[in-house]
Formats: sequence, structure tokens, C-alpha cells
Amino acid sequence: MTGARLRSGVEAAAIAVLVSVAIGSALMLVAGHAPGGVWLAMLARTFEEPYRGEWLFRSTGLALTGLSVALALDAGLFNIGAEGQLTAGVLACAATGAALPAGTPAVLAVPACLLAAGAAGAAVGGLIGVLRVTRGAHEVITSIMLNLIVGGLALWLGNAVLFVPGATTGYAIAPGAELPPLGSAANAALVLSLAAVGAMWWLRERTTWGLAWRAVGAAPEAARAAGIAVGRVQVLVMTGAGALAGLAAANLVMGHKHAFEEGLGRGAGLLGISVALLGRVHPVGVLVAALLLGFLSAGGLAVGDLIPKELIEMLQGVVVLAVAATSAWLRRRDQLAGVA
Amino acid sequence: MILSAELSKAYGACVSLRGGRIDVREGTVHALVGENGAGKSTLVKLIAGLVRADAGSLTVAGQARDLARWDRAAARAAGIGLVQQHGASAGVLSVVENAVLGVEPRRGPLLALDATARALAALGAKIGLPVDPWATVDALPLGAAQRAEIVAALHFGARILLLDEPTAVLAPSEVDGLLAALRALAAAGTTIVIVTHKLDEVRALADEVTVLRAGATVATFVAPLETSAIAQAMVGGDVPVAAPLAAPAADARVVLELRGVAVGDLAAVDLDVRAGEIVGVAGVDGNGQRELALAIAGLVVARGRIAIAGRDVTRASPAARLAAGLAHIAEDRQRGGLWLEASVATNLALGRTDITGRWRVDRAAVQAHARARIAELDVRPPDAAAIVRTLSGGNQQKVVVARELSRPGLVAVVASQPTRGVDLGAVAKIHGRLRAAAASGAGVLVISADLDELLALCHRIVVVLRGRLVGERAGEALRAPDARAGLGALMTGAA
Repeated sequence: MTGARLRSGVEAAAIAVLVSVAIGSALMLVAGHAPGGVWLAMLARTFEEPYRGEWLFRSTGLALTGLSVALALDAGLFNIGAEGQLTAGVLACAATGAALPAGTPAVLAVPACLLAAGAAGAAVGGLIGVLRVTRGAHEVITSIMLNLIVGGLALWLGNAVLFVPGATTGYAIAPGAELPPLGSAANAALVLSLAAVGAMWWLRERTTWGLAWRAVGAAPEAARAAGIAVGRVQVLVMTGAGALAGLAAANLVMGHKHAFEEGLGRGAGLLGISVALLGRVHPVGVLVAALLLGFLSAGGLAVGDLIPKELIEMLQGVVVLAVAATSAWLRRRDQLAGVA
Repeated sequence: MILSAELSKAYGACVSLRGGRIDVREGTVHALVGENGAGKSTLVKLIAGLVRADAGSLTVAGQARDLARWDRAAARAAGIGLVQQHGASAGVLSVVENAVLGVEPRRGPLLALDATARALAALGAKIGLPVDPWATVDALPLGAAQRAEIVAALHFGARILLLDEPTAVLAPSEVDGLLAALRALAAAGTTIVIVTHKLDEVRALADEVTVLRAGATVATFVAPLETSAIAQAMVGGDVPVAAPLAAPAADARVVLELRGVAVGDLAAVDLDVRAGEIVGVAGVDGNGQRELALAIAGLVVARGRIAIAGRDVTRASPAARLAAGLAHIAEDRQRGGLWLEASVATNLALGRTDITGRWRVDRAAVQAHARARIAELDVRPPDAAAIVRTLSGGNQQKVVVARELSRPGLVAVVASQPTRGVDLGAVAKIHGRLRAAAASGAGVLVISADLDELLALCHRIVVVLRGRLVGERAGEALRAPDARAGLGALMTGAA
């Protein structure tokens, strides 16, 4: 990322946050609450347990689904399907964890469950890539459909196999597969998502793979003419994007709930799109965006006694809208100034 | 004069038309001819009000027009009808619906098309351009869709009809019908300006001819027309003095072999390029040469057989062909050759795992490669970190040429319009690099609409017309004084 791009990215995010705070304040006023007190309470409470753990927990998942969408976007593909890939990961991770004998040591159980989560997401993502490359089926359409299919499949399989009779949760995973907590809901999956951010940055900036996928995203015809196997890159990128979304299941299943639950992770995949756009498709930007949206999400809980939490949920959308609007405005300004 | 124009237009830094002039007498058929990029289409679009002129003057029907306010509506009101090269109809609508777009006749809130439809059918029948007003445009052959546009233009009162390469999309039988109808229209008083580079059509149809070259009017002719003189004016200049090029040995191995290669506009091409040989493909754009380059590079799937250094690559991927020793300089450098938002160094290493390494990018090697290539072709600014979009067209093209021709194990090169829109300094560098590739034993195929370029570069020139190779000149015959006229005649189908 060049200096100018970094600066305009930070500018856009700052303006978006200010706009969102303003709109949020206006909404609170309309709803009859004093905005100043709510914001201060949100800041104070979210930086303390238990909400700090909730913040980091939510950001962990958002960083992974955000990376998933960002990786695909970097290669010119729009992965709406992080939602379905995450659901597949949740199902596979919980099923694997529950199938392991209770005495399985962590050195075996953790990799096995991570592998299951990543592989299930990768399978769904890879399928989207294959359909795009070999059949020309647009990835937005196929991934929306696969979200529905995987969601239905997970519920059906969960009901048929995984659920404890008469309960709304599944059988618990082997204790060895549980990730150690780092606060209320936060857990060691946070390390996983930080590692994923680092790995993606390195792949993107330092390897021929990153060069290839960014070339395919920015100049597909030139990439193909220069000898890059565009179709193979697209399939691999969608597989990788699926694996990243699937790995977010580790945060939910291995780190938090320790069992399959109906609706676990719902919405995190779609919110990943917001994270990727807010983070401007850059791994570090994605991390910052995940922390920001995770903060709003946990902060909404923290001030739930002061204002309705739906109000804060609306703000997550407002932030993204504001970024989209300010990005276009900044781009035009930079072009007029001759910066870009 | 019913129409007099002298107009200039630049698109960004690229000057398309510099005071190109045309004077058209009422009731004549006036042909506007020139090579690709001469500014013909631009001049017609300016006159039709489709694009705004930067400077100049325009007089229509004896009245000087204000260029600042000259748009499509003003042109239409002044009686100027336009039929564009690839048509401008919405394909899912019917002929009559297209005709009334923007000026829909209404009965209350509803469309009232019957009267217009009847009028179009009657007018078409009267002038020998029959149309079915209720046919969906997509379902019509291209010729019929074009007839419908002409009839619609006349229906709305066009007295000056501008046609931009109307025969480019037509089958030969349709061409004859169109030319006859245009002749009849002119006889009945309509003024016709037709853009073309097919001189047989000019001879068959036109009363007067204006020749554009490099955005300026270089000659005008009045019937009786002599096509050889028009061809000379189109291609221009004296035969350039070519640097003496060592001819390849007659028994040099064939490095690029094409047998019955066909796709799209390309009907069937047989061609051998030998090691050390530079072969030119001359021809007016749209005769299949674009497909020829794409087929060799593997970017479209073609019938027939293509072999590189004796290896059949007909079914091979673009990457496999490059690995077999091919280099491809794409016709459209911005889309097909470059990653515009990336640096010069990155573009020079694009797809070049021999430079970057297989896995981790060897950044020192990428920088060293960039410095060497920048020096080799004098890329300006000489900055490996410069973003390619900020470079001039000529320097962008140098980046493509430098990357492709520095591939290891090069045996065959396909260069498609390698110097189109490129300044003279860059032309010399690019030609020098192509010659060096041939001198080092590669077979080079240069596809160009610019005859000067091919005469300066090639050992042998083949001419492509309507998807087939229709002639060839080699060796001494290229140095003969009539080489240019002979090739020009082949290119335009006048021979």
C-alpha cells in the first residue's frame, strides 16, 4: 500500500466513523436518550470485562470472514458466500470435535478440528470457484444459493445427528479441542486470526501467488496473456477464501460454545463483506475494520440497558455506507488534485 | 456546399484530428477515406454532434454552427442523420421502437407506433431498402438492421446521411444492395458521406473523395476516380529506407507454423515463419488479423493447427505456449498487456516466474530485471517504481515489449500493432528490439495496419483480406518502387 492510498484509507475511515457517530447521536436523540452519556458509557464499559472479551471475540470472527471476502475481492471475485462457508465450518468442526474420544489430547484434537473447519469452508468456496471457472456461473449467484443450501443442510444434519434429544445445542466437543479463553468470550482463536492477517499480508505482498491473484483481480486479460493461469488462480483463491471463513468456526465452536448450535455464526459471514470493504481489501485494514465493527457490536450489548441494541446494529450498516460514500468523494478529490 | 467542416479533437494527450477538413456538395456521394487512426470516425462523430469538437468551424446548409452547442439534437434538427459502424439499436426492441426512441409518438399515456411503422415500411419500399418495422433488431441480419437505421434516419428528415463504415459488417451480397440503394438516394437528392477504406466501394459509389492521414486532410479527388492515386494518398510518404536486414537462410527451421487456422473473422490461414525471419501481416483492421494474433497466443480457441518450434500447441493454454518459446505483444496494451495500477517493475515481472522465482518473490531480481529492461528500451521516466498508468502510451508499450521479448528461450514472436499510437522515438526503440529478436534467431510475426512500419521491418509481407491471405511480397519485390501501391491495392481489395 502506497503512502497516498494509506492516507486516503485512514481519512475515509475517520470521516466514516465521525459521520456514524453523528447519525447515531441523532437517532439516540430521536429515541429520547442523551447521546453523550451513551457514548461515554459504551467506551467505558466495552474496554472492561466482560464486554472487552465480547469485543475481541466478535472481532476475531469478523477478521476471518473479512479476510475471506477481502482475499476474493483482491482477485476480482465477490464472495457473498462467507456465510455458507462459515456454517459449513461450524458443522464440520462441531461434528469432528463431538466424534473425537473425550480423552483426545489437545495436540491432536485442536489440529483435527481446525482442519475440519477449514476444509469444509474450503470445499464450499472451492465449489464456487470451480463453477465460476468451468461453467461461467457468477460467484455472487452461486454463493447466495450455497448460503441457503449449506444453511439448510447444517440444520437438517444438526437436527438428525448432532443435537442432543430435546435440546437446541449439539453434543459437546472433546475437551481437548477447546481453545483456552482470553477473557469472557474471547479465546485463543484470536491468535489464529492475527496469524491469518499476517500470513495473508505476507502472501499478498511477498509471494508470486499474491502477485498472481492481485494481477488477476486488477488486470485479468493482461494476466492471462502474460501466462498466469487465471482459472486456476480463481479456484485457489475461492478455496482459500472458503477456508478462512470456515476457520472462523474455531472461534465459535472450539473457543466459545464448545458444541453445535442452531444459528451459530449467523450474520458473521455477511458482516465480513462490510469488514472487507471498510478495510479496503488490505489485510491490515481488515484487522482494523474488524476491531471497529466488533467494538460497535459488543458496545451495543454493553449499553443495552440504556438504548435498544437494534440502534447500534443499524450503526454497523451506517459505518459501511459512510465509507463507501466518502471513498468515492476522496477519490474524486485526489484525482482533481492530481494525487492519484 | 451543403456541409463544410474543419475540426480538431484530442482525446486526452492523444490528438485524433488536427484541422481535418471536408467539403461536401449537395446531392453527392462523398467518400471519407484513410488508414486506421487517420481520424475518419472522429470527424464523422464531430459532425453528427456525437462528440464535441475542441476547435474549428462547421457550416451546414449555408449556416455557420456554434460548436459549443452542437450536439446530437442540434445536428438532427439540421438534417444530419448518422448510421454508426456497429449500429446503435437496442437489440431487444423492434425496428419501429428503436426509430422513435426519445421522440415517442403518444396517444394519451400510451405509445402510438402504428403510423410510424406504416411510414417506415412505405419509405423503405420506396427507396429500395425494405424493412419490417415490427421485427426485433436482434433477430435481423446485420444488413437488415442497418437498413432499418438508414430508413429511420431518413424518416426523421435527414438530408445529409453520414455512414461510418457501413459495409464493414455486411456480407458481399448485402454490400451490393446497400451501394445500389445509396446511389439511388443520392440521385433523389440526399447527400451521403460514407466512411470507408475499401477503395472498390469508393470507385463504385463516390463522386468525390476526401483523404485523411494522421488527423489532417491530405488530398481530395473528384470523379473520375483513380484508386491507385487514392491508395497512394492514404498510405502516404516515400518508401522508408529500411535498415539492411540479413535475410534468414532458406533452410532455417520453421518456428511458427499455421495450418488452416480459423476463428471469427479469420477464415483459414496457412503461414510459416522461419527462425530469424520477420514476416509482416498487412491489412485493414477487421479482416481477421486481430483473431490471428489471439489464436496464436491461445487467447481464443481456433480450428486448424498451430505449432511452435515443431510442437503442436493448438490446444495448449496461453501459459504453455509462452513456455514453449512464444512471446505475444497484445494489440490492446492497456487491457491485454498491462496492469495499469502496478509499478513498471511489477509489470515487467508479470507472469515471469523465471524472474520472480516460483514461490517467494525475489525482489532484488525483479528490481535488477526492471533496471535492465528500462535501460534497454529507454523507458521514461527511468523509474522502476513508477505506476504504469502515469506513463505515456509509447512508454507503456515499451514496458510490454520489454517484458515479452526478454522471455528466456524465445523462438517465436507475435507482435500485434506494436507501435499503434506510439511516438516516433518509441517506434524506433520497439523496431530495434523486434529486429534484435529476429537476429538472435526468433521468428517474428508483425501484424500492422501501418504499411510503412511493415516495409521498414519485414523480410516478407503477406496481406490479409476478409480472413484470408490474398497475396505476398518478399525480398527484392518489397524494395521495388511499386511495392507500396501493390500492397495497398491488395489490402483494399482493389487488386
